Amino acid sequence: MAYLVSHPDEVRVISKRFGQGATSIDRYLELDGYKAVQKALAMEPDAIINEVKNSGLRGRGGAGFSAGMKWSFVPKQSAKPKYVLCNGDESEPGTCKDRLIFEHDPHSVIEGVMIASLAVGAHTGFIYIRGEYRYLSVIMQKAIKEAYAKGFLGKNIFGSGYDLDIHWHGGAGAYEVGEESALMESLEGKRGVPRIRPPFPAVVGLWGGPTVINNAETLAAVPHIMLGGADWYAKLGTPRNGGTRLFCLSGHLNKPGVYELPMGYNLKKMIYEVGGGIPKGRELKAVVPGGSSTPVLLPEEIDVAMDFDSVAKAGSMLGSGGVVVLDDMTCIVKFALRTIKFYQHESCGWCIPCREGTDWLKKTLTRFHAGAGVKKDIDNIYYLAENMLGRTFCPLGDAAAMPTMAFVKKFRKEFEDHLEGKPCPFEKSAEAVTA
Amino acid sequence: MLTHYPTKRSALVPTLLFAQDEVGALTDEVITELAQRLALTELDVRNVISYYSMLTTKPRGKYNVQVCTNIACMLRGGEEIFDHCKKKLGIGHKGTTPDGLFSLEEVECIGACSWAAAAQVNYDFHENLTPEKMDKILDEYKKKGTQ
Repeated sequence: MAYLVSHPDEVRVISKRFGQGATSIDRYLELDGYKAVQKALAMEPDAIINEVKNSGLRGRGGAGFSAGMKWSFVPKQSAKPKYVLCNGDESEPGTCKDRLIFEHDPHSVIEGVMIASLAVGAHTGFIYIRGEYRYLSVIMQKAIKEAYAKGFLGKNIFGSGYDLDIHWHGGAGAYEVGEESALMESLEGKRGVPRIRPPFPAVVGLWGGPTVINNAETLAAVPHIMLGGADWYAKLGTPRNGGTRLFCLSGHLNKPGVYELPMGYNLKKMIYEVGGGIPKGRELKAVVPGGSSTPVLLPEEIDVAMDFDSVAKAGSMLGSGGVVVLDDMTCIVKFALRTIKFYQHESCGWCIPCREGTDWLKKTLTRFHAGAGVKKDIDNIYYLAENMLGRTFCPLGDAAAMPTMAFVKKFRKEFEDHLEGKPCPFEKSAEAVTA
Repeated sequence: MLTHYPTKRSALVPTLLFAQDEVGALTDEVITELAQRLALTELDVRNVISYYSMLTTKPRGKYNVQVCTNIACMLRGGEEIFDHCKKKLGIGHKGTTPDGLFSLEEVECIGACSWAAAAQVNYDFHENLTPEKMDKILDEYKKKGTQ
């Protein structure tokens, strides 16, 4: 059970039905459920795509690509069947938002997949949920069954003459499968190794057919856009960054939790007001603003609007919405080590720079943190990361390289403090805040 | 489920996990049968198994304790929880207790970052953990498992 929190600054769109019993289809219908898809059925596919384009909805998985634009790349005519995929393989460290959507509002995801299918002319959709989320798979399977029982899915949906099937699919533990082409490989029953692009999934995707793949949160926003209108949704956020998003606040905060805030909400306010500030009277040391792949921000860099463009301008990324807060008793070298340990574990091993780079980084950082570091290691760590950047087929190499480079660049002094056999200066004081 | 896909092998990943939950591990017999049913070679199946971290060919304990130590959990005592479990259960990472009741694993992010520190026992989430809370949880499973 994921706990719900609230804050007066929240703007509830995606989380509107959280805690309202909307897992049941009848309750979902009472709460305006399946109205958006009926509206979409009466529209031309291009009109649906334009509505989503104009709403400024950008990919909530982390890349921040315009959802409407992505849909428009799917060819109108295709010899092979087209597909819509919901990416529910949520695995980016710091991110726990899709879990809430699946737990509290599974039908909104189904409805989002339906609308996307109508927009691109697909007759089959898949909702891929990571293997660890078994209880959410149970919820989703029940929701899909209910939708079939009502005649919302299957042949001739809502008496429109349009056939649409949506199925659940499950993973079995792999971060890499959250990458779009690796997810398709996994759905085809293979190892989750990414594909070379181009061709992009919109042209050659699942089983070779044109495929739209969107994050669960992106798809859950679509019904709200169809009902409320593109203008309304766009205005909730900042220019080119429409709507709201679920921010997952974690780490050293008094009130961690998943909060739905408008795009462009100030990060400093998010930490000190929404998240309740840093516990134990400690000071802020750093923030990872969008999941473990995003470069760390210093306290003087957090007066920034949390939208894709502003965070990019500040030298990081909005990513997946996972805001991880570090207090001043956290060892950055240890944090960097734990981050790289993750990427080393999750690298699929296909591209050599990623496979070898993450491994060398893990080895070097482990030795370094243990007190056996030498001065040239610091530059070597940066150099190793820099040489992974942009040299892999999928973004996992970049995801490992970018934060590592930022840690070294912004906290070089702290790396130097670990040199000459000195013990980690934080080792004794780094006890858990929960204690 | 097979009818949902244009190719038989597409059902492989979720099927492996369900089979593992049923049997306890992906044994040679399970692999042979699944390969036959999905028209694959056993090597195809083994290649897939070795990729996914939840899949195993060796049986785990009745209760598989998976402690997250990734960044958000680490900041809120995830490593202490893992060490505590190691001591309490007397086993290490990927170890199983002699009575077969518990196995232990240090896992990557399980999607409980805002409710860290967190662990999963089989598929059940346990969140906002402290060593004391973890003790109680393990005791309850022990009681349940020996009844």
